[in-house]
Amino acid sequence: MWELIRANKQHSILLMALMAFVLLLVGGVIGLAVFGPDGGFIGLGAATVVWLVLALVSFSSGDQILLAASRAQRVTHDVHPQLFNIVEEMKIAAGLPAMPKVYIINDPAPNAFATGRSPETASVAVTAGLLARLNRDELQGVIAHEISHILHRDILYVTLAGIMLGGIVLLSQVFLRGMFYSSMGSRRRYSSGNQGGGQAQIVMVLLAIVVAVLAPIMAQLLYFALSRRREYLADAGAARLTRYPEGLASALEKIAGDPAPQLGPANQATAPMYIVNPFKKKGQRKLSDLTSTHPPISERVRILRSMSGGASYKDYAEAFTEVTHSKNIVPAAALKGEEVGLRSSGSQQTQEERTHKQLHQIGDIMRKVNGFAFLACSCGLHFKIPPNFKGDSVQCPRCNKRLDLAAPQAATTR
Amino acid sequence: MAGALIALLVFAGLIVVLALFVIGIYNALVRLRNQVDNAWAQIDVQLKRRHDLIPNLVETAKGYMKHERETFEAITQARSQAMGAKSVAETAKAEGHLADALSKFMLVVENYPELKANQNFLSLQEELTSTENKIAFSRQNYNDQVLFYNNKIQMFPSNIIAGMCSFTKRDFFEVESAAERQVPKVSFS
Repeated sequence: MWELIRANKQHSILLMALMAFVLLLVGGVIGLAVFGPDGGFIGLGAATVVWLVLALVSFSSGDQILLAASRAQRVTHDVHPQLFNIVEEMKIAAGLPAMPKVYIINDPAPNAFATGRSPETASVAVTAGLLARLNRDELQGVIAHEISHILHRDILYVTLAGIMLGGIVLLSQVFLRGMFYSSMGSRRRYSSGNQGGGQAQIVMVLLAIVVAVLAPIMAQLLYFALSRRREYLADAGAARLTRYPEGLASALEKIAGDPAPQLGPANQATAPMYIVNPFKKKGQRKLSDLTSTHPPISERVRILRSMSGGASYKDYAEAFTEVTHSKNIVPAAALKGEEVGLRSSGSQQTQEERTHKQLHQIGDIMRKVNGFAFLACSCGLHFKIPPNFKGDSVQCPRCNKRLDLAAPQAATTR
Repeated sequence: MAGALIALLVFAGLIVVLALFVIGIYNALVRLRNQVDNAWAQIDVQLKRRHDLIPNLVETAKGYMKHERETFEAITQARSQAMGAKSVAETAKAEGHLADALSKFMLVVENYPELKANQNFLSLQEELTSTENKIAFSRQNYNDQVLFYNNKIQMFPSNIIAGMCSFTKRDFFEVESAAERQVPKVSFS
């Protein structure tokens, strides 16, 4: 346990150092390209400042930025008692020092993530789509996975690395766009200097373009490589916390087979935070393992399901070698066959019916988050009253009965 | 002269390193022991929460379940016994009875569809499910912490320091009744 956490911390430091190096490299080369041979230091200085600012900002309020970027809303126990209770259950099972803040994201795609600086200041966010689809045991599995990220100190790393990666991408993009738009007008500027200097400058510019294109990709590969390993470890942690790997396995299966469109507010930098890759898996297996942020879901499910002996990290490791070992012997083809089998489960019609009901539920969950009141008339009609509704009674359009707003509201807000 | 000085310095350095090492182990032991104590306190918190929940649950259900006086009495009695229990063994036994009474009650509820449709009752049911889970998970966490702690005080080299500073082995939380063993996975869905 503690060895795992220590190793994770060391990896985080290593990754931050490498990211900083890439950022400085980008800064230096761009400086050389823009300001001439002496500009390298200007670029390095600028990159250092950018790095410091980013590190400070992401350390002090990175979680808030990420939560705001994914349009997550903080909720209390009253809004979704079950979610809140499950988070508290897992907090107890993990022995976390404080209750994580709970957020709901208004999105039909099922997904979840955790963020924060330390176990004391952590946050857990789930989408409304996830809440509508999973049963209690499955939701518990997902939350246990997120709490494991908190316990393993993955959250600080992912927050820092995500924002750092954002910085590198930003710097490169600004430079590349600047080059693109100024390339027509400013060509004459270089020819006005002496001949040799101009040529060196052009070489530098070309080099800078290459670096600006490659750096974000490099940083991303680095980031992804580490995040895949952490996903497995968080699965192992979830199995240990719940002692019930099947909960997470069946949740992952449901999420994978879900027809909802991809998560709206996710982007490349925030993708590794989520429990499953928020980008839709059009030909996911065809992509090389290098560029995917998450291990294939089918593999994660199989590992969880082949944990027969117990629920410790060791049992997970044994199941992991068992499953990935077989992958080495029978490459890709066997996995592909199995994935088809998983997706085709459940007939099409029930799927559609379920989707309709779930969309309804998602709407209700979000109304609740936004402070709507729920009211049921004796004729069976259900009202959803917006928080800015002024009057103190409504008339039922079906049976014309007047309903008092104040009294039943207290009964229905659980 | 210089050789003796170097030898002395090396010796002093070794002592300092050893002292830091011992302090580190001692602090780790204290931290683990505190975690065990804290985990134990957590179990009590959750048991108390269950006690607080029961009057509400019984009040809500009474209106619908006119013919189940015995079930309610069993619960109320088990609750007051559990709250009045003094020793650890007594508490464990009384809480076991309470858990049995509650699971019987939940079985009886199945016969009352009107009650199962009541919003208030549903939310109380969720709270009860969650509290049962929290009790189970706090016990699980306690046992995990005890395992870390016991491992640490039995393994070399921390066992030497544990022996000198009288860190004693802790017992695992064992659930006695067979019915209680089944409780950790309560699901009403």
